[in-house]
Amino acid sequence: MFDVAIIGAGVVGGMIARELAAYDLKICILEKENDVAMGATKANSAIVHAGFDAKCGSLKARLNVEGSKKMAQVASELGVKYQNNGSLVIGFDEADREALQELLERGNQNGVEGLRLLEQEEVLAMEPNLSSAVTCALYAPTGAIICPYELTVAAIGNAMDNGAELKRNFKVTAIGQEDDHYILFSSMDSVRARYIVNAAGVYSDQIAALAGDESFKITPRRGEYILLDKECGGLVKNTIFRTPSAKGKGILVSPTVDGNLLTGPTAVNIEDKTDKTTTAEGLAQVMKEAIENVPSIPYGKSITSFCGLRAAGDTGDFIINSPRPGFINAAGIESPGLSASPAIARMVKDLLAEQGLELNEKTNYNPLRPAMHHFRETSLEEKNAIIQKDPAYGQIICRCEGITEGEIRAAIRTEPKPMDLDGIKRRTRAQMGRCQGGFCSPLILKILAEELHLPIEKITKSGGASRMIAKAIKED
Amino acid sequence: MTDLVIIGGGPAGMSAALAAYEQGIRDILILERDSSLGGILQQCIHNGFGLHKFGEELTGPEYAWRYEEKVRALNIPCKLNTMVLDISDQKVITATNREDGIFQIRARAIILAMGCRERPRGALNIAGARPAGIFSAGTAQKLINMEGYLPGKEVVILGSGDIGLIMARRMTLEGAKVHAVCELMPYSGGLARNIQQCLHDFEIPLKLSHTVVEIHGRERLEGVTIAKVGGDRRPIPGTEEHIPCDTLLLSVGLIPENEISKSAGIDLDPITGGAVVDQDRQTSCQGIFACGNVLHVHDLVDYVSDEAELAGKSAAAYLQGASAPACSISLKTGNLVRYTVPQVITEKKPVTVYFRVADVRRKVQVQVWSKDRLLYSKKKASVAPGEMEALALSAEILDDVTALTISIKEEQA
Repeated sequence: MFDVAIIGAGVVGGMIARELAAYDLKICILEKENDVAMGATKANSAIVHAGFDAKCGSLKARLNVEGSKKMAQVASELGVKYQNNGSLVIGFDEADREALQELLERGNQNGVEGLRLLEQEEVLAMEPNLSSAVTCALYAPTGAIICPYELTVAAIGNAMDNGAELKRNFKVTAIGQEDDHYILFSSMDSVRARYIVNAAGVYSDQIAALAGDESFKITPRRGEYILLDKECGGLVKNTIFRTPSAKGKGILVSPTVDGNLLTGPTAVNIEDKTDKTTTAEGLAQVMKEAIENVPSIPYGKSITSFCGLRAAGDTGDFIINSPRPGFINAAGIESPGLSASPAIARMVKDLLAEQGLELNEKTNYNPLRPAMHHFRETSLEEKNAIIQKDPAYGQIICRCEGITEGEIRAAIRTEPKPMDLDGIKRRTRAQMGRCQGGFCSPLILKILAEELHLPIEKITKSGGASRMIAKAIKED
Repeated sequence: MTDLVIIGGGPAGMSAALAAYEQGIRDILILERDSSLGGILQQCIHNGFGLHKFGEELTGPEYAWRYEEKVRALNIPCKLNTMVLDISDQKVITATNREDGIFQIRARAIILAMGCRERPRGALNIAGARPAGIFSAGTAQKLINMEGYLPGKEVVILGSGDIGLIMARRMTLEGAKVHAVCELMPYSGGLARNIQQCLHDFEIPLKLSHTVVEIHGRERLEGVTIAKVGGDRRPIPGTEEHIPCDTLLLSVGLIPENEISKSAGIDLDPITGGAVVDQDRQTSCQGIFACGNVLHVHDLVDYVSDEAELAGKSAAAYLQGASAPACSISLKTGNLVRYTVPQVITEKKPVTVYFRVADVRRKVQVQVWSKDRLLYSKKKASVAPGEMEALALSAEILDDVTALTISIKEEQA
């Protein structure tokens, strides 16, 4: 019997698990995929928003500002890269200037610090690669960037280090109740828990409905992105937004914490919660609009494109409530969900306490998790000391990102353990560079098969039927 | 301090090492990232290598062995399983392996021979899903020939460069069904003999002016949509065709692997993706030379060996105190010429200039101009992007010029 079962191992579920892992509780995270961070968490803009965007008084506004203030510390405890690079919302005409003035006032009311309006000269001095047609900009010095799946892997890993359990490939298909607890069923298994947290992303309306709450609907909103080579990461320093209009927030251009340049997303509501395909029109739109803001983006240096589905609710705000005793929704978490995630976790914890969950602090709680990119960033001397102990750290596997066999093996042995090629990519960056795994994926296949004691034919790209190899054609 | 460090132990690196050795250089070190010498040739188990160099058809590993044998016989030192991480402009090389850890070597001269890599799907921005089953052709070749695994059974190949053609046959021989080879251009970039021997002989359709417009399948690839493209190389609406398949191989171009050249501050040619070099294959960094596919992508390994011999000899001459550059003549690209190698000439001696054209043309003249003065003109039956052209310039032509433009005159424009 668990005290709390969290449905969904995205950034919201992960941060909630970590928050609760500080207390004497039996916690279980249920994830329908083969890995954590598989939904909107792995495909979004990777921005810690300053918090000027959301309507005053909304949960989005409050939790964004609170979460964004906590994020630097969370990242440092979890050994996750975080960069306070600043945000610029750029304007091109008088209508934009008025909208930016409004955003500034809203931001001030929301409690965002340091906001100011810049004139053309100052904007271009700050970001010389912006379109020279820029006339003004709103500067948010507290805007930051982070890697959302790295944060989630680390949060769940830290929760697991503190006793939480992760069940993968556990798709909740029914929720029952017995005496003082719930029973969550998958097709193969069941889990009993006194409290349930619904952090199921685009599926959170379906999960709520299983518990009898049909008060909201989640519409998947497709967002397509194009990621460019590290050579282009320095094109802008700040995250560049277009002044929001009736059409939405538009296409952003941002460096990532790993040094790439990210452009996107589109925003198209769709019906199918599983449709993460990119479209020719969407990718064309990303390029066209990004180039309006930063004309010199060299799209010939694209290394990949991808699509994420935001979990857009129908209430206009995050849906964080308790529709029935012991059941908490953390739903409709679209932008600024990543930024707000530490605050959402805090709020869910408070709701659980109100519902009677006893929170006794663990004596041996450890909020720290070693950085998984430590080896990459340490000194030459320390690297050599590590290689001397474990020669696998001297062997480069991913030439583009410079990732060693030692780092890959360490990742496979660290909770939450990656079980497939994409899992290794998200943890180590191997296969994530400019050749996109062309060189290293056969090598990683072998390492993964060895570590998991599986034949290579059983290794998948991303769980399920995504096998890499059809058959062996050579006897050993 | 090492006299000559060669980065990469493939065909270019080995040829360069042997040439430098023949010129009397003894303090040589080859750094190779793989577990044996030979580079990409090790996985190219088909034949057709060495026709020019040895007058016989060898397989990739056989061709490599001709050189490896000599490197071994001469006891030229190699460090295998060793990845170079960085080269400084002071010619300090940082590398790593299991035994030595991360170590540095100072070189008096360096030859870059790192080869090239394949363009990935991301560079094409093909719309659709991102399932398992999409491989670059070379990755599939490695899986089959080196590791002994067949990546899939129902195959579509995008790109008719030689690797794509070779893999169409290879997959077929292993029991897979290759449904089509799609080529964006109206002509194949591969060798004529490969189109015959790898496609026609196996009745594999070559669909020219076709591309993949969408990828289907959530977990493993389930199919691709292909479409005909127009003269602007964009898909023509209404020509879409769905092909069910579990594997898509991409053979959509090769990129010289120059990441570490950049760290040394070497000037790169934006068209070749390789270093800007002079007639001796010396880069903009004195004492650093480049050859083979890291300099520009070659059609045949035989030509790689030739170029590497030149680089090896030049590095030896540099180490033995050759004279400073005598002049600086830049080679410019005129009509239809995409790039030249070398890009600059620093000594007035006979030189062969290699170049590639941007499109297929019949009945042309290859011309060399100095400003508005035509210095040289030669008829040619046809030119094609898939075939590197060679142009021998005499020392006289270099007299009294500061720049030369190589240009193609089209007879029927």
